[in-house]
Amino acid sequence: MPVKDYIRERFFPHIWCSGCGHGTVLNVLIRVIERLGLNKSDIVIVSGIGCSSRIAGYLDFHTMHTLHGRALAFATGIKLNRPELNVIVPMGDGDALAIGGNHFIHAARRNIDITAIVMNNRIYGMTGGQYSPLSGYGIFASTAPYSSVDQSFDVAELAAAAGATFVARSTTYHVNEAAQMIQKAILHKGFSVVEIMSQCPTYFGRKNRQGDAVDMLKYMRDTTTPIGSGAKGQNPELIERGVFVNKELPEYCSAYDEVIRHAMEGR
Amino acid sequence: MGGNLKFVQGNEACVEGALYAGLDFFAGYPITPSTEIAELLASRLPKTGAKFIQMEDEIASICALIGASLTGCKVMTATSGPGFSLIQEGLGYAIMAEIPCVIVNVQRGGPSTGIPTRVHQGDVNQARWGTHGDHAIVALTASNHQDVFAMTVEAFNIAETYRTPVVLLFDEVIGHMRERLVLPEHGEIAMVERLKTSVKEGVDYHPYLPREDGRLPMSDFGGVHRYNVTGLYHDMWGFPSDDSDVVDGLLRHLMDKIENQAAHFPKYREFYTEDADCLFISYGSAARSARHVVERRRRLGERFGLLELQTLWPFPHDIVKEKTAGARYIVVVEMNTGQICQSVRLAVSRPERVFLANRIDGVLITPTDIQRVIRLIYGKGF
Amino acid sequence: MPKRRLKELCINKEWCKGCGICIEFCPKGVLELDTQDKAVPVRNEDCVVCRLCEMLCPDLAIDIVEEEEAE
Ligand SMILES: Cc1ncc(C[n+]2csc(CCOP(=O)(O)OP(=O)(O)O)c2C)c(N)n1
Ligand code: SF4
Ligand code: SF4
Ligand code: SF4
Repeated sequence: MPVKDYIRERFFPHIWCSGCGHGTVLNVLIRVIERLGLNKSDIVIVSGIGCSSRIAGYLDFHTMHTLHGRALAFATGIKLNRPELNVIVPMGDGDALAIGGNHFIHAARRNIDITAIVMNNRIYGMTGGQYSPLSGYGIFASTAPYSSVDQSFDVAELAAAAGATFVARSTTYHVNEAAQMIQKAILHKGFSVVEIMSQCPTYFGRKNRQGDAVDMLKYMRDTTTPIGSGAKGQNPELIERGVFVNKELPEYCSAYDEVIRHAMEGR
Repeated sequence: MGGNLKFVQGNEACVEGALYAGLDFFAGYPITPSTEIAELLASRLPKTGAKFIQMEDEIASICALIGASLTGCKVMTATSGPGFSLIQEGLGYAIMAEIPCVIVNVQRGGPSTGIPTRVHQGDVNQARWGTHGDHAIVALTASNHQDVFAMTVEAFNIAETYRTPVVLLFDEVIGHMRERLVLPEHGEIAMVERLKTSVKEGVDYHPYLPREDGRLPMSDFGGVHRYNVTGLYHDMWGFPSDDSDVVDGLLRHLMDKIENQAAHFPKYREFYTEDADCLFISYGSAARSARHVVERRRRLGERFGLLELQTLWPFPHDIVKEKTAGARYIVVVEMNTGQICQSVRLAVSRPERVFLANRIDGVLITPTDIQRVIRLIYGKGF
Repeated sequence: MPKRRLKELCINKEWCKGCGICIEFCPKGVLELDTQDKAVPVRNEDCVVCRLCEMLCPDLAIDIVEEEEAE
């Protein structure tokens, strides 16, 4: 099916700025779903609040645009009661890891079969460029006019430590790789996290003199490297891309089915 | 009948009511004095194939409820004190997105952590106005376990009928006290099941277009109709809109369905209201003491009466106005600094006759406490 | 092996926001910005149908139609 069959065309052109990486994530996600041949009525998209969260409204699936940071909690209620549905939760970095950080680690710990896509632009786009828990030390933002003194999280390490059974990272420059990772994440049974490093040229780019979207993509190309590459040995500053965790553990909905079986047997 | 008779805590009566109503999903976080509800449901729900989850906090609990409700489940959470504060954000979402759900608040003393193990009725106005923005809400309460059961069932019925969250405001005394409960037979209480859309696959379904009777038929997530749900003001398809007509129309609809339609059938009990010279208005465990005083005074031939409110919100002002019309004195008995008293004053024709008999020290208000106030009103001899 | 060949490279001008991403990263320099800051294909014959532009475009404005041709 062509791309247009997966979107709600009447809302296009979308609201995102020129060159915003969130649009590329939308693009990649659609291609993956097309490749997987998933039925549109078997997919649920649950998002929070932020520029990134607007992605839900553009997709012609069951879509829920919820509260800032809470998408995974809503998604948990959906998934547990309709385990056969593919539940995908696209999130902003502030959404996922500031206000939603608690829900994020607990969804990971439960290993519930949900795919979380963290659209990490290292800034609060929607509210006008304040720093996020992913901005990191030395970054300029509207609430860090003298540069940020906050350290940042590493999304992949955090997700892995919290118990996610699939963890990967890619960027909006590496679209084919990103597509592969999202595809694996959707197919993975258990909680999967894909961090897509994304660009917000309007705020992050401008405030940090990273140039326009094209420059920001080049920057992601030049500052990242596949896991285990030799380049990392020479330049430890490089951010690794690839699959960090891919393991099997009891999935939450299946595990709860076992609880039901025991309870029904009167144990 | 013997098999259907139980001796239980109020929290268990609530659990029985929820199961009777067909509860499919409970999400919660432990907090005194509501915890028994979660514990009992963790055990009971999976026995029928239904589901229980302990979330990471109350915010997550209400959000999980809303998600589950969208898949077609009847859902409930239970909390107290600070937990009810955390629920407010999600409660507003459920109001805006019109998602049926039941929220139990077994009240304890506040503000803040307050007195976890003692009784207060301090969340009455929070239930009304706790979530931000203009809105309407349904809140029910009860003073005995049979009514806890009945109001819990009623809460589910209202939630389904009006696609709305419903708050059950119990209190610590009711939650923990043990009392008899007769379980009704299946079918004895009428149940409202979810109104599902009859729109066929491929035909345009409008999740937010009310029918002529104001009701909105739902379509389960995962079903044939794909639509959007949002906490933003939205059009009849559920897509965000800032069109002023859409905003105005939606807020009016949200207010109207509760303040006008749901308000038609307030729940209350009355004792000797017709000829009462002094009418008590009370609810929850406080109403037990008020009733005690009324019965004693009646035995002495004195014209005391009680209007026991079970619907707190939307405030039943017509009933209050009607029942208080002939009374010389109106005494609101409650365990806060006068939250319902305030609403009563607004409802009656002569607010200067409304008095408050209260207690706010975490101890159940006693008949003696109430008598003391009566003595002040009537003067010596009482 | 069938060789991939470009049949059509459609740019939806209503949706294109002129970010320049497709132009910069097309390995064959097939695209350019026109005077209204919209992407246009100018060297279709060089296109290797890698579909990179299609997937990179944040505005879903590019549609690559390929024809299959036996070698
Ligand atoms: C409870 C709450 N607090 C704050 C906000 C305001 N708010 C909306 S979006 C946002 C941050 C968005 O940043 P991010 O999640 O990184 O997504 P982006 O916009 O960058 O895609 C904030 C703080 C809100 N909607 N709700
Ligand atoms: S503000 Fe930033 S994140 Fe938001 S749409 Fe614009 S570029 Fe994207
Ligand atoms: S990437 Fe898309 S939006 Fe950007 S210039 Fe090319 S066609 Fe236009
Ligand atoms: S398909 Fe590849 S070669 Fe052809 S225009 Fe797009 S990026 Fe360039």
